[in-house]
Amino acid sequence: MAGGWRHARHLIVLALVVAAGLGAFLILRGAVVPAGFGKLGHYRAGAIDDNRRRPVSFAGQATCADCHDKQVEARSKGKHRIVSCEACHGPQARHADDPEKLKPVLPDTAILCRRCHEKDPAKPAHFPQVASTDHSGGAACNACHQPHAPKM
Amino acid sequence: MHPGVEGFMYPNEVELQWSILIVLYPYITGLVAGAFILASLERVFKVAAVKPTYRLALLTALAFLLVAPLPLQLHLGHPERSFEMYLTPNRSSAMAMFGFVYLWYLMVVLLLEIWLDYRADIVRMSQTTRGPVRWIYKVLTLGSQDISPEARKIDDTVGWIVTIIGIPSAFLLHGYVGFIFGSVKANAWWSTPLMPVVFLFSAMVSGIAAVMLLYMVVSRFQKQVVDMRCLDTIAKYLFYVFLIDFSLEMLDLIHRIYEADESFRTLDFMVQTRLYMSQVVIQICIGTVVPLALLGWTQVRRLSDGVRRAMYATAGVLTLIGIFAMRWNVVIGGQLFSKSYLGYTTYKLEFATREGLLPAIVLMILPLAILWVLLKLLPLSEKEAA
Amino acid sequence: MDVSRREMLAGAAKFLVLGFAAEAAADVPLAAPAQLPAYDPSQHWWGMTIDIDLCIGCGNCVRACSAENGVPDGYFRTWVERYHVKSGDQEHPKVESPDGAIKGFPPSTETNEKAFYVPKLCNHCETSPCVQVCPVGATFESPDGVVLVDTTYCLGCRYCIQACPYGCRYIHPERHTVDKCSLCYHRITQGLTTACCEACPTGARKLADLKNPKDPVHAFLRDNKVQVLKPHMATRSKTFYKDLDGSVR
Repeated sequence: MAGGWRHARHLIVLALVVAAGLGAFLILRGAVVPAGFGKLGHYRAGAIDDNRRRPVSFAGQATCADCHDKQVEARSKGKHRIVSCEACHGPQARHADDPEKLKPVLPDTAILCRRCHEKDPAKPAHFPQVASTDHSGGAACNACHQPHAPKM
Repeated sequence: MHPGVEGFMYPNEVELQWSILIVLYPYITGLVAGAFILASLERVFKVAAVKPTYRLALLTALAFLLVAPLPLQLHLGHPERSFEMYLTPNRSSAMAMFGFVYLWYLMVVLLLEIWLDYRADIVRMSQTTRGPVRWIYKVLTLGSQDISPEARKIDDTVGWIVTIIGIPSAFLLHGYVGFIFGSVKANAWWSTPLMPVVFLFSAMVSGIAAVMLLYMVVSRFQKQVVDMRCLDTIAKYLFYVFLIDFSLEMLDLIHRIYEADESFRTLDFMVQTRLYMSQVVIQICIGTVVPLALLGWTQVRRLSDGVRRAMYATAGVLTLIGIFAMRWNVVIGGQLFSKSYLGYTTYKLEFATREGLLPAIVLMILPLAILWVLLKLLPLSEKEAA
Repeated sequence: MDVSRREMLAGAAKFLVLGFAAEAAADVPLAAPAQLPAYDPSQHWWGMTIDIDLCIGCGNCVRACSAENGVPDGYFRTWVERYHVKSGDQEHPKVESPDGAIKGFPPSTETNEKAFYVPKLCNHCETSPCVQVCPVGATFESPDGVVLVDTTYCLGCRYCIQACPYGCRYIHPERHTVDKCSLCYHRITQGLTTACCEACPTGARKLADLKNPKDPVHAFLRDNKVQVLKPHMATRSKTFYKDLDGSVR
């Protein structure tokens, strides 16, 4: 048997080379796998906070209500009571952050109202909708309707 | 409406995700697996007639295997992160195993088998050659000059074991590539348990055809007579494996037509229109039926050597085109229809871009260049080496 | 505090002068918070409910999502589809979603067919195929049930895009990593609702915390006939649709 091993020297060298490569890989692997990987599942735990650590554009209804109580009050009695401020006024987190510096732009009712209320058979039948050209002949919606508390 | 879109696609579906480079990947690994299986015919199943192609088949497999990861790397959005597959492979991902299957196959099977087979030549050449190439051989000897009959006997036994491990590994390498596609339940064109089997047999078909062609080409370059008994045997195997492959693909087709599930109308329309050229004309007619008829003809008729050689060469080239078309139809075809089954998009093949036609052509020439270098370093016949 | 009409008019005048520059500035998000608010993921299990019978196809959700998340042009974390179904032909609906409905829809001319809108987004599946196939663990389900992406780890191999049955993923054209709806994870983990729900004027979309016993989602799921998209995919979707038509896919 000793003789057999002597003639297999090249294979033993090869095995050592492969083992060294494998060892190097395992050591390297331990060093480069990102911290927290596998802590919560098969992913980097820190990725959760990365996803949280992002800025907001929409301030949220509660923030709007902090200052604009008059509008909120008017809205709460009308048909638009479930429509949030930013649904029409757009994202206002920056405005809420510095109300003096960045003023919201008043939306153009000719475009804004039609997005929801232009007649379309695909809209639910119970939703109030009009064919705008017949309805107002191009006049601005807020000439007749008060957007914060629309009445028929 | 986007140009090239017909009907309705989900808005994010308009752009194709996997390009011609991902067509190349199963094509190339298929050639590797097929070439290796041909080599193992001689080694394990003792088909002496194919011995002249044994080394050529192994070197062909190696040349293509070295190139196999390149189209993937070129395709990735972040190629520099690809090592993550080794660091944190996701055990539930079919793709994550690629790195390991690849390394296993490259290191444990192919390189080892070639090294064991060539060791005597390497030792001899490390003594006889001059210049820097000698150092390559010196390193490859791993410091052992022992090529005594006892040592060669050990090499032979180990080599045989490696081949035995190698056959299921080759099956694994390519069957698993089929599984990457076949296991995507979201995609009706891909999702079938037949996919790994079809991939495997088509891999054998393409690998055998490639080695057969290369054998003829290399013999001509080296001014050697083609061994007709060898060529006839390879062609016979090619014919039978191709028959199995074609039957499996037809089974898949017939099954789809008969079952006619929710995806059928959409896929049928796709095959009749956008895939008609590449699937019906190129893959099935030119790339399968014609080579099968040519090969079948040589099986039933007595033909002269010259005619047979010409028929084998034609069949081999058409086969390689047909299998490429098959990969194309799987990879690209699977992305031309919407997962809503309500529309189709178009694949725009660009030329000189990162995932264009030019890099694809370069990637197909590269393995041949590598093979040329390998043939210089590791000559096919032992006589030549001495 | 009251905002006077004068101020409003001044704002309108400013708009005329500054034009789109002012509007663009409003869209730019604030700087990221340095300190994250306290949040216990083990107390939540997020999903969404969508009431088809309330959706009016205004596209507010698509615009809001784009503004909140900087969604690149031509790609969508959420979009709205409009269906037209001929009587008795459930298998061949006519579907359209021009630019994901980021500008809403032109009025339909078909009046005799069944027609409705279907908002789509990531279904935040419990056994999600995208997480299953990610080779490296760059996309994952958070402990509170949101499918998220680790953009520092994604290879850009696109396998997850192929695996998603709903078409919810895309490669971000600049980052070259995958991108998708995060259910506004940065918002919902500080007590806000998602941008799409905030902007939805009819309440068709509602963020749902399935672990919170007081969440109206429980009544919604109990009192209505609900469905998920492509139920045969068995992905355990957490986006529940009320009044979803069988033609929707």
